[in-house]
Amino acid sequence: MSRNLILGAGLSSLVVLSALVSFVWTPYDYAALNIPAKLQTPNARHWLGTDHFGRDMFSMIMVGARTSIAVALLAVGIGMSLGVPLGLAAAARKGSWLDELIMRGNDLVFAFPSLVIAILITAVFGAGAVNAIIAIGIFNIPVFARITRGAALSLWEREFIMAARVAGKSAAHISAEHILPNVANLLIVQGTIQFSLGILAEAGLSYVGLGAQPPTPSWGRMLADAQTMVSFAPHLALIPGFAIILTVLGLNLMGDGLRDWLDPRIRVARS
Amino acid sequence: MLRYSLKRAFSLAISLAVASLVIFAVIEIAPGDPASFMLGVNAQPDTLAALRTELGLDQSKAERYISWITGMLRGDFGTSYTYRTPVSQMIADRMWVSLPLALYALALSTAIAFPAGIYAASRRGKVGDLTVMSATQLGVAIPNFWFAMMLVLVFAINLRWFNAGGFAGWDKGLAAGLHSLTLPAIALALPQAAILARVMRSALLDILGEDFMRTARAKGLSRRQALWRHGLRNALIPVLTIIGLQFSFLLAGSIIIEQVFYLPGLGRLVFQAISARDLIVVESVVMLLVFAVITVNFLVDLAYAAVDPRLRSRT
Amino acid sequence: MKRFVRQGFVSGLALSAALIAGAAWAKDDITIAMQLEPPHLDPTSAAAQAIDSVVYVNIFEGLTRFMGDGSIVPALAESWEISEDGTVYTFKLHEGVTFHDGSAMDAEDVKFSLDRARAEDSANAQKALFAGIDSVDVVDPLTVKVTLTEPNGNFLFNMAWGDAVIVAPESIENIKTTPVGTGPYTLGEWVQGDKIVLNRNPGYWGAEPALAQATFKFISDPTAAFAAMMAEDVDVFTGFPAPENLPQFEADPRFQVLVGSTEGETILSTNNKQPPFDNIKVRQAMAHAIDRQAIIDGAMFGYGTPIGTHFAPHNPAYVDLTGNSAYDPDKAKALLAEAGFPDGFETTLHLPPPSYARRGGEIIAAQLAAVGIKAEITNVEWAQWLETVFKGKNFGLTIVSHTEPMDIGIYARPEYYFQYDNPAFQELMTTLNSTTDPDKRTELMQQAQRIISEDYVNGYLFQLAALSVAKAGVQGLWANAPTAATDLSAISWSE
Repeated sequence: MSRNLILGAGLSSLVVLSALVSFVWTPYDYAALNIPAKLQTPNARHWLGTDHFGRDMFSMIMVGARTSIAVALLAVGIGMSLGVPLGLAAAARKGSWLDELIMRGNDLVFAFPSLVIAILITAVFGAGAVNAIIAIGIFNIPVFARITRGAALSLWEREFIMAARVAGKSAAHISAEHILPNVANLLIVQGTIQFSLGILAEAGLSYVGLGAQPPTPSWGRMLADAQTMVSFAPHLALIPGFAIILTVLGLNLMGDGLRDWLDPRIRVARS
Repeated sequence: MLRYSLKRAFSLAISLAVASLVIFAVIEIAPGDPASFMLGVNAQPDTLAALRTELGLDQSKAERYISWITGMLRGDFGTSYTYRTPVSQMIADRMWVSLPLALYALALSTAIAFPAGIYAASRRGKVGDLTVMSATQLGVAIPNFWFAMMLVLVFAINLRWFNAGGFAGWDKGLAAGLHSLTLPAIALALPQAAILARVMRSALLDILGEDFMRTARAKGLSRRQALWRHGLRNALIPVLTIIGLQFSFLLAGSIIIEQVFYLPGLGRLVFQAISARDLIVVESVVMLLVFAVITVNFLVDLAYAAVDPRLRSRT
Repeated sequence: MKRFVRQGFVSGLALSAALIAGAAWAKDDITIAMQLEPPHLDPTSAAAQAIDSVVYVNIFEGLTRFMGDGSIVPALAESWEISEDGTVYTFKLHEGVTFHDGSAMDAEDVKFSLDRARAEDSANAQKALFAGIDSVDVVDPLTVKVTLTEPNGNFLFNMAWGDAVIVAPESIENIKTTPVGTGPYTLGEWVQGDKIVLNRNPGYWGAEPALAQATFKFISDPTAAFAAMMAEDVDVFTGFPAPENLPQFEADPRFQVLVGSTEGETILSTNNKQPPFDNIKVRQAMAHAIDRQAIIDGAMFGYGTPIGTHFAPHNPAYVDLTGNSAYDPDKAKALLAEAGFPDGFETTLHLPPPSYARRGGEIIAAQLAAVGIKAEITNVEWAQWLETVFKGKNFGLTIVSHTEPMDIGIYARPEYYFQYDNPAFQELMTTLNSTTDPDKRTELMQQAQRIISEDYVNGYLFQLAALSVAKAGVQGLWANAPTAATDLSAISWSE
């Protein structure tokens, strides 16, 4: 195991742990307002200070981790559960109209400016965590479809698949039984990277007010709230910013580490 | 090659048609009536009806889609509901901010990424490589709008080296224009530079493993010499692909950054138009962005196919 | 980068040198920033206040006009006579007034403007202002007679609105981009998405204003607003969007902060027809559950005056009724129990974009939660708000600042989005509208304030403060905002 993997896994589990702990314990009620105690810098009572409503920042960061993880995880889940079958199908019917349709559909989704579309989606269906998940999830589908197809195509050329075909197994059967297990490592690595991108996307959407709605804390909205106060209470912007950076950094390091550990030949797409 | 090009051109046309339908449908079902937004809370029903007729909103959706699409094909993007000026004129005006900003950011990101990537590749596994790679990990992890906030805090509010935002206008001169785009361009460029540096490094390392590089080394060139003479040129293909992708991303992706720096660019135009339900503007700008990305992809595919005939058989 | 900085520095030096050299004449141009850009420049066909903020009494003038203190004074009408029964207004127009295109402004133009506003196909956003007009007749080029269907105590006030300005018939076609008015300023340049420049009108009929040129800059982002002001990119910011930043400006001798009052009653609008809000006990319970001062402190950083009814506290007829809804969570719980909701209930809270609503909403949701009412927050844009809340009446609670001046009359409209239907109040308003005697009007207005306060129609929160930041040398800015306006003629630089 590499240093990257250890460091990345460490950071990521710290974030996951604080999200889990927040279900049973936070230093304060994250939604409790205490306006006279507003804008405190970190101190013994409030370890990360208080926000403009006097809410405890530490508690909000903990619960915010929950929001970020939930949104990103579900979005990646949508991307994987739709993208992987599509990619497998396209590879199994390489060159057919189905393959063409799936790949052109992919290009189409890629061609849309994702943030603009996310804003449109929320304008149509309302702002909220669920719609943020859908908006981010849609743009994850082509990512998984493309890398699954790419990896599956090379597998279809391999002898053991040939053997299975000769034995009369159906394409769907082969895809599920032989192809999928062999692309699993790749999917885990790409999934980690997409997860970190999902965290960033969620932060961006909540920053423009289109993510989880108050009082549910989210790091992006904490940044948006802090924006006008950064000149006299910089900790309000620094703390959620660091939370995002550390989480994304942890996941990326973990993704790289996993790749080296599982299969150094894996190529992941990043953009 | 011709057959391949035609096939790709056909699917390009289909993609654009589908995209236009999707965009129109999504925007049209958005709740919120442009006329009531413009006339506000005290508007009377007959006033609203009059304005809706004036805007052409009383026509059926199908009619409006047809007239939008045929207009676009003729190069007529329609007239903004709120500003009452031709959309094409508005897009052209905003382009003068968004396009230079994207190019500026791209130039910055390339200027940072190339040396960083080359340096890291040439010192593979050493401290220099590790430092650059750690820096890029950090660069990828920083949300660009947060970085923009920090830039404003430090360089505009505290140091006052730059304006906190706004665009001076090109009529004030190139220097003034670039000056007001500098902080936004840096905020946009940083994550892109981090990605590009990584691509650059890994492309170079791949090349180093190739046979012709081994030959070059065997002929007595040092690792660095081999890298400069043979490696760089060959590594440029993946790097240029990424740059191409980043450009379209930067053009559309600056929406938040334009908001932070209140730059009158395309992204901000879309944002304002969405909240004002200036549907025709949203539709046309989004369509234009999609058109740009799809066309860039098409050209990249064609260029690849021209270079590497094997790719033609791949769909 | 250093070169750019030095350049800015040098031109700064050049500028101050010019200022020193020209000490005899004061600076005569100004850059005024505001949050919203006007969609176009026709105040007679849109509700956007941003239009009035640029053009009102600068480009366009009406028969009467608002002053900074909220009073109504003659503008294009030099004087007027009101008939005995209060239904005929005869306006005497100023002589020698010309439009920016050089044509003379006369009674025909007044008739045209008023008829256009009240016409069948009129696009006027405040058509109700003209509803009582029966006919407009030209007596002679400088005299115009307006006949009303019934007496209207608000008529002169109505004619002062930006929606009632006098426009030139020949300019209508392009009025949205090339406004032609009678005012002291003409449109110079409009860079969409950025700024509008107005130039002094040399042919103005009234006194020549001090400023030769004014640039309106549009900065929607509150952070950018703060930074632009701090960096002195702009001279004035009217309607400063971030009250949390004002102490920093107050502490800085380069700036002055103007805190005034607007006509914006900020209320927790309640859907009176939707259960459980159709129960007055429930509404009363909510009123006692809300701690206004916490909202003013938390959302507005202390700026704002508590109100207990839908009326502006700076109005002489205002009655302080905040006592009716004093903060008392225990009483709120008891009232809820009485109303049959001992464990509270669930509802929705729609919040439009301004920070008073978004921040105030978070605080109110927490305060309501403390007495058991779960209000689920939905942040909406204005277009959505209009569709869902205002038109669709599909909401439980929402927070809005009602910025129209003297708008207590909306409570007499049962179809209005909060759906308050009280015949006694409606009758009172009818009486008020046809009453012209000032003392009697005051009495009726106070009675109206009491009725809606005691019916707990909506949650009355605070009067929105007018917050402006300006460089120390700027004089004559309106501190209050009786209507959306930037009266450039009143502004000048001190020595």
